Amino acid sequence: MESEQAVFYSRLLTELTLSFHIIYATIGVGIPFLIFLAQWLGIKKQDEHYILLARRWTRGFVITVAVGVVTGTAIGLQLNLLWPTFMELAGQAIALPLFMETFAFFFEAIFLGIYLYTWDRFRDQRKHMLLLIPVAIGASFSAVFITMVNAFMNAPQGFELMNGELINVEPLVAMFNPAMPTKVAHVVATAYMTSAFVLAAIGAFRLLKGSNHIYHKKALLLTLKVGLIFSIASAVIGDFAGKYLAAYQPEKLAAMEWHFETENQASLTLFGFLTNGDEIKFSLEVPYALSILAHGNPNAEVIGLDQFEEDEIPPLYIHYLFNIMVIIGMITMIIALFYIIGNALNRTFIRNRFFLWLIVSTGPLSMIAIEAGWWLAEVGRQPWVLRGILRTENAATTSNHVDFMLLLFIGLYLVLGLASVIVLTRMFKNNPVEQELLDQQRNGR
Amino acid sequence: MSYEIIGIVVLWLFLFGYIIVASIDFGAGFFHAYSVLTNKQHIISKIVQRYLSPVWEVTNVFLVFFFVGIVGFFPSTAYYYGTILLVPASLSLILLAIRGAYYAFTTYGKLRSNFWTYLYGFSGLLIPASLSIVLTISEGGFIVKKNNELSLQYANLFTSPLTWSIVILSLTSVLYISAVFLTWYAHKAKDRPATTLLRKYALIWAGPAMITATGIIVELRTHNPAHFQRMLDLWWMFALSGILFIATVYFIWQKKSYGLAFFLLTGQFFIAFYAYGISHYPYLLYPYLTIDEGFTNEGMAIALIFAFIAGFCLLIPSLWLLLRLFLFNKDYVEGKIK
Repeated sequence: MESEQAVFYSRLLTELTLSFHIIYATIGVGIPFLIFLAQWLGIKKQDEHYILLARRWTRGFVITVAVGVVTGTAIGLQLNLLWPTFMELAGQAIALPLFMETFAFFFEAIFLGIYLYTWDRFRDQRKHMLLLIPVAIGASFSAVFITMVNAFMNAPQGFELMNGELINVEPLVAMFNPAMPTKVAHVVATAYMTSAFVLAAIGAFRLLKGSNHIYHKKALLLTLKVGLIFSIASAVIGDFAGKYLAAYQPEKLAAMEWHFETENQASLTLFGFLTNGDEIKFSLEVPYALSILAHGNPNAEVIGLDQFEEDEIPPLYIHYLFNIMVIIGMITMIIALFYIIGNALNRTFIRNRFFLWLIVSTGPLSMIAIEAGWWLAEVGRQPWVLRGILRTENAATTSNHVDFMLLLFIGLYLVLGLASVIVLTRMFKNNPVEQELLDQQRNGR
Repeated sequence: MSYEIIGIVVLWLFLFGYIIVASIDFGAGFFHAYSVLTNKQHIISKIVQRYLSPVWEVTNVFLVFFFVGIVGFFPSTAYYYGTILLVPASLSLILLAIRGAYYAFTTYGKLRSNFWTYLYGFSGLLIPASLSIVLTISEGGFIVKKNNELSLQYANLFTSPLTWSIVILSLTSVLYISAVFLTWYAHKAKDRPATTLLRKYALIWAGPAMITATGIIVELRTHNPAHFQRMLDLWWMFALSGILFIATVYFIWQKKSYGLAFFLLTGQFFIAFYAYGISHYPYLLYPYLTIDEGFTNEGMAIALIFAFIAGFCLLIPSLWLLLRLFLFNKDYVEGKIK
């Protein structure tokens, strides 16, 4: 196989693994926090519904964790198998957060095992709740550390390059690179947001399917509140991320906003289609908006694609990904806001079937936004694997068997994806919440 | 001690940790599947489930820890082993993924079917075999470097007696380690039939494990004479390991002190594993990569060692808590509490 093909298949396989992994990883980061919240509310309000909520979420969570763990192991090892040159170079500078990520993962794994098996061990539910703190911390911190590694790929620093060798490496400088704050904050906030909407979607779906239990209404209000808070946070952080890009990675910003010419008072291109490479059709121009987005000043100069070499510009289709991500963020935020206001004012529209279907849509939609956001971030870094230092085509493996491995992993993810969906639906279909509450009463608890 | 020695000693320790916990895990899965096949399920299923459930995720982390650590301390291994191992490591990954996921699906998702039990049990035996390929490759002789491109000689690899000896060693020792541990665990659970059965397995697998281990030393004499010579220099370590082996078998035979027996077994493998590691020095991949060449820069080494110590201050108490709540909790082991 030509090495060009090896690069192509390596990219495809990495993209496939990551796209599959982040579905489970995002849930894995956000749900422990929500379980903690539910259990805490249950103890505070002396309300067994919240405790049951925590319990049922946990049961489903274990299944997603299992797939998250195994696909996470896969991507960890695959980085070495598919990008050996990159890992050799980057390992010198960025091994520290990578290493710390495994500690966070270790920590979470230990306490998750304990939490799962001690539901009936402690007389005091508060003790059991305490076990969730390390789980939630471990989960969030593995996201923090691994995102630091990714941030480094966008803004490599903390070393000097001499004849292809890294010297004077400062691991902490590499870790705390300029891309880090916005990236880490955005990843964590969107993970909480997405997990909340996924759980809200399940609650709304149960209500639609005829279960009219107060349990689901409590779940809905809790998750949509969390969803709203973190979607607002995500949007605010997203704005900071735009300002980061303008200062440090202008080619990514210019490509995603279709900003061809460097200019002052730059307008923002919303929607639209690109034809013939540079003709924009059906778009909506918002005057000054890009200058405001990039620098917080309507008169500021925004660097356009004209400042870059042809072969250093990311693909322009990332504009669509950006649109998808932002629009979904807005839609889910508005739906959550309407529900909370409607609930506070005792309006009946929030029980309306159409509105419940809207809530159901927020789960899958926010997952799509996560995928679109990651594709945007990753494709927007092309053609670099380490921006300004190592090009993607020079980092891939020289092995001849990547295409075959790609097929194998497609098979694996199909099997895991299908099986996890089947197992999860069966778990909850066969044991609806009404049944479980009855069982609990019968057992005298 | 220089940083690179600290690095490799610690990583070797983690690999050892993984080998022990993973052997118990793989062996337990296999014995469980085997018991279903032979309708003896009622005897050992409960013991196996009760042990595995709270720790399966932790087992996996040991492996991740090792390969992340080795790339951190020795980044060049990413280049050499990463390029060569694409196919074998990908296959191991797929097996590990199926195994880990299906464990969770069956245990928590109530996906009860013998098919999954077999898949789980038998894939567990293929994983140590496929992972042990790395040990074979590290002995040298299977890699060709041409125009700066590395390639693995599959034909040589699969026809070499060394490969198969190491594969068989990994299988027999998985079953042996697992059986000894589970005998102890079943005994603690006061589960007499399970203890009897598992004790039998332990005694069956002790001999083959020992014979294949010795066989490999003999194989190395022709395959890598330099390594063989350094192993001879460390004869006393291997002898000590052998004594511990005999003591383990003695206690199991005498049906007493199963806990001590498992402890001795751990010691036996620990010494042998380190003796093998020391004799492999200074090579990470013979003859391409030595420990000194592959080592990371000093700044990163210090940072990693600090992270390591800090991480351990967190992990040791947590692991201790896990063990105390499950493995060393009398009521849990005996099945009186969930």
